[in-house]
Amino acid sequence: MIELQHFLILSSLLFLIGVFGIFLNRKNIIIILMSIELILLAVNINFVSFSFFLGDLTGQIFSLFILTVAAAEAAIGLAILVCFFRNKGSIAVDDANVMKG
Amino acid sequence: MEPFVLGFYFFSILTVLPALMVVLSTNPVHSVLWLVLTFFGASGLFILLGAEFLALILMIVYVGAVAVLFMFVVMMLNINFKEIKSKLTKYLPLGILVGLVLFVELGLIFGDFIPELKFNDNNHLEINSEIENTKQLGLVLYTDFFIYFQLAGIVLLIAMIGAIVLTHQRRQDVKRQDILSQIYKNPDSSIELKDIKPGQGL
Repeated sequence: MIELQHFLILSSLLFLIGVFGIFLNRKNIIIILMSIELILLAVNINFVSFSFFLGDLTGQIFSLFILTVAAAEAAIGLAILVCFFRNKGSIAVDDANVMKG
Repeated sequence: MEPFVLGFYFFSILTVLPALMVVLSTNPVHSVLWLVLTFFGASGLFILLGAEFLALILMIVYVGAVAVLFMFVVMMLNINFKEIKSKLTKYLPLGILVGLVLFVELGLIFGDFIPELKFNDNNHLEINSEIENTKQLGLVLYTDFFIYFQLAGIVLLIAMIGAIVLTHQRRQDVKRQDILSQIYKNPDSSIELKDIKPGQGL
């Protein structure tokens, strides 16, 4: 029988793949953005599975708002990426050194 | 085997393996396609959990909009991916270490995690299996969560304005309509009388 724990393990696996992806592709901003999408998807799976196993609708509504924010974040992130590419001619993270941070 | 168990394992494999491929694949176009497959698996899981509306929204928003946006950016920008491809072996040990530590921590937290079913009667929105999921969401989304719904709309509006402002560029080599100069144009400054002698040009 599938319990809540199964879904939690699945979503933690997805979350870890997202974190792993940020470390693995440190130079490619596009893959980093996709990894962030994976992390947000893991959060969504957590919310929906809690909503199912507790019989409460609030988790699904919260998940809907996370979806909205994720879409906005992807749009803004890619716009910044396009802007950055126009100025620098590359999307490598190492080239983002104007602020000397 | 029960269909729920079978579906869970099928869709979780369909979610986790493509997610791994998103991270590991060297071609960003392939990464985007694997991301689409990940979202298909996740929306299958959502259908299993009785959240049909969210599953279909995930399909429409992510596969239809976000993944296509990623694809546009990957293909539109002329990026030399060979150059920025990071050395896999350089970051692999660090990534595996961080992943392992996080996995152990998360495993310790919900290895034997049993949620307690405690609710206030005030804020418990019980799932009613007689009404369909979409209708039930709509019944609370436009009443109890009205302000949050509007705020989500404002977030999207600001994101849209921000994306346009960031990427819009005014080109100098294109002739444009200048309405103000059109309005302020008068015959005195724009019409000139020339007395042309016969047999001569201007």
